[in-house]
Amino acid sequence: MLTSLNIILIGVVSLLGVGLYGLLITRNLIKLVMVLQLLVKSAILALVLAGNVGGNPGLGQSTAVTVIVVDTIVAVVALALVVQVRRRIGTLDVSQITTLKG
Amino acid sequence: MEPLFYAALLIVAIFCAYRAMVAKRILTATLYLASISACVSAVLYLLGAHEVAVIELSVGAGLVTVLLVYALSVVGEDALDPSSIVSKPLAYIIVAGVAIVLIWLLYPMSGEGSSFVTSKLATILWEQRVLDVWIQIVLIFSGVLGILGLLSETPGTKPGSIQGSSRN
Repeated sequence: MLTSLNIILIGVVSLLGVGLYGLLITRNLIKLVMVLQLLVKSAILALVLAGNVGGNPGLGQSTAVTVIVVDTIVAVVALALVVQVRRRIGTLDVSQITTLKG
Repeated sequence: MEPLFYAALLIVAIFCAYRAMVAKRILTATLYLASISACVSAVLYLLGAHEVAVIELSVGAGLVTVLLVYALSVVGEDALDPSSIVSKPLAYIIVAGVAIVLIWLLYPMSGEGSSFVTSKLATILWEQRVLDVWIQIVLIFSGVLGILGLLSETPGTKPGSIQGSSRN
């Protein structure tokens, strides 16, 4: 019998798996930011679940709030960098951005 | 009844996540990402994390979606995802391996239970984790300043000065 905890754990692992798959197959920079968002969503779910299972839900929730804020700032700065890369280099394809190669 | 809600919401979230990953158009993937955020928010609400659910819904499905659409409108025509470098069977194998390791690590946790501490989120945030709150405030301000600096047009730089640009 699957309990709620097991179902959410399976959901967290599945979301992480789909995010990892996206990280492997994606070449567009904007989509990479989206994949990171997806990975963080599963981490948030895992944090709240761990707080509930560990007996201190407030701690898990406060950590989740911190993660949401940090993730949003990461997305904002990453998107600004993506826009600048598009303006200066002219592409968003990761494999074509080769100016950092030695 | 509650496990059914969790299962339904998470199945929709996983389906949307997969569709977002395989979508060629980034705008479609953005809408799928907003749907994932809504489903995750509903799960968080059912778990009792009401404040986190509201923040996740407003930030994940609202702010980040608006930012992504804005970035798409700025970058314009090449908002299509090209085919991947890593072959898809290899990606499936890697993901399956990671998922098996994660389930193997997480499964023992599912039987554990511990004493319950009832403390509100506001109490923990404002009394025990004040440093986190201050760091969040500083991060938000630095994010705003970073955005202003990065999105502003610098007068001395020519577009495409590194490799050539298609922007005119």
